[in-house]
Amino acid sequence: MSSSNQLSRTPSPKENPSGISRQRGSRQSIGETTWTVLSGLCLVIAIIPLVLVIAYVVIQGINRMDLQAFTELPPPPLQDEGGGFANALVGTLVMVAIGALISVPFGVLAAIYLSEFSRGRIATWIRFATNVLSGVPSILIGVFIYGLLVLTQVTGYSAIAGGCALAVLMLPIIVRTTDESLQIVPKQVRWASVGMGASRYETVLRVVLPAALPAIATGLTLAVARAAGETAPLIFTALFAQYWTFSLDNPIDSLFAPIASLSVLVYNFAAVPYENQQELAWAASLILVAIVLITSILSRWATRNRIY
Amino acid sequence: MGVRALLPTIELSRRTMTPDSRSNQSTDQDQNTDRQQSNDRQHHQGDDPRHRNVDRSGDLGETIFRTEDLNVYYGDFLAVRDVNMEIPTRKITAFIGPSGCGKSTLIRCFNRLNDLIESFHLEGCLYYHDQNLYGDEVDPVEVRRRIGMVFQQPNPFPKSIYNNVAYGIRVTGKKKDVDLDEVVEKSLRGAALWDEVKDKLGDNGLSLSGGQQQRLCIARAIATEPDVVLMDEPASSLDPISTLKVEDLIRDLAEEYTIVIVTHNMQQATRVSDYTAFFNAQPTEEGKRSGYLVEFGPTEQIFNDPKEEATKNYVSGQFG
Repeated sequence: MSSSNQLSRTPSPKENPSGISRQRGSRQSIGETTWTVLSGLCLVIAIIPLVLVIAYVVIQGINRMDLQAFTELPPPPLQDEGGGFANALVGTLVMVAIGALISVPFGVLAAIYLSEFSRGRIATWIRFATNVLSGVPSILIGVFIYGLLVLTQVTGYSAIAGGCALAVLMLPIIVRTTDESLQIVPKQVRWASVGMGASRYETVLRVVLPAALPAIATGLTLAVARAAGETAPLIFTALFAQYWTFSLDNPIDSLFAPIASLSVLVYNFAAVPYENQQELAWAASLILVAIVLITSILSRWATRNRIY
Repeated sequence: MGVRALLPTIELSRRTMTPDSRSNQSTDQDQNTDRQQSNDRQHHQGDDPRHRNVDRSGDLGETIFRTEDLNVYYGDFLAVRDVNMEIPTRKITAFIGPSGCGKSTLIRCFNRLNDLIESFHLEGCLYYHDQNLYGDEVDPVEVRRRIGMVFQQPNPFPKSIYNNVAYGIRVTGKKKDVDLDEVVEKSLRGAALWDEVKDKLGDNGLSLSGGQQQRLCIARAIATEPDVVLMDEPASSLDPISTLKVEDLIRDLAEEYTIVIVTHNMQQATRVSDYTAFFNAQPTEEGKRSGYLVEFGPTEQIFNDPKEEATKNYVSGQFG
């Protein structure tokens, strides 16, 4: 009742001589409070899964984060304790490296062409195609590389095939982020360079690209983070291996053998009835989360130097 | 020569015009009004002895740019039309006029920067030292090396102050006998910025204040010792003190360079320029605005004794 009293009460000129005192219970202030509380609540709900996932993975995975995990091979099903995912960690790094090696030069150069040299319709269509490609489910990319490289025995199940799948996955992300980073560089700066008698390629190399580099680096790290966590494209292409298949003694040949990866290890070990393997799956998940976290921090750090 | 004699050029004040060429043209009823107006204007200029002495230096010098019936298009849209003028060497020529009258569009034609705009094309002729700037044999990169530009917004490269100034020398291919340090110092001194930045040449150009950035851009433009410096509203984003500094600088630069400056500040035009071209905008059927040259002459004449009603209204502030 008291609030409705307040609503109907006209403040006396003494209390509110100039009419600017805060009036509780006005329609505006109720609206303000309601929406603030509502949106705050939604924020909490949205954050809950994120916090729970990270907390759960950390709690379940942290007790197996020991030296063994990083140095030993995955344990067979009936081994009660010990073992690690050393080969899977190396496998993930190798395949992400292959993927980056293929997709970064192509992606960045394609984006430079799109942003700086292409004109009109072609650019629109290529951008559209890139958007479509980045929306293709990753398992389709796995099937595509399976059909292209594995089934045809060009590489068979191998680190190369896995790396190619990751490259296809990373390519649209890299093209898009690089394209956007380049377009953010103001037109005036390009004009200044061209106005100084620089050619277009000099303008791109000496001015536009250096200015966009921090933003491009951000895009690259995000692409790497995305690729490191992907499972579906690797299942049909890199398969998995219980043993060391990659060796520095014979790096080229060993790339043509099936290879383990963290994400496939999680996929294989998470749903088995053997506790030891389950624990390792949690630890591997923690590593994947850590990779995403570290790359995000890295990209933040890169953006810190952002110019435009 | 007949066509040239009809142009509203600054040379007219001392040229004896041939009566026959003039009367032929002015009796032609098919001519558009602009052409007639410019004819009338020339009668005035030719007849009026006052205009013989308006040039401050008393020497009209040679012409560096000459336009003939220049029309500038973006796609089908005619942005600026019927520009006929001669821009004198080592003088400051100001383009004034209301927004949307194509001053900036026109000035970018002089160093072929509009080439970067896809839909741009141009009709008519633009001569630079009697060579058609838009001829097939002309290399636009070479054009821009000789005709530098300073933009409305200060736009230093995200590089060190030193590298900003050295940029032009580097892209034009550094000669062995060029001492880059010397060029940088000379240019920064030329732009009245040296004393403020000499101890921090390695700092990023973007760390400077707006006025300093603009002077850095001027230093960058003069480092390659261009023939002409085009300035597109160089002081419009600066505070009054920086503006005065930049204006002083422009006057100093005119001793060595030809300067064409776009401004919509009329006081600025009277303060810095020797010659003024007034452009006006005309609404088109599509609701856009198409610009045209109304009057071109010595600054003093444009502001004190304009021949056109539109010019008079604009410079006296009665413009809608």
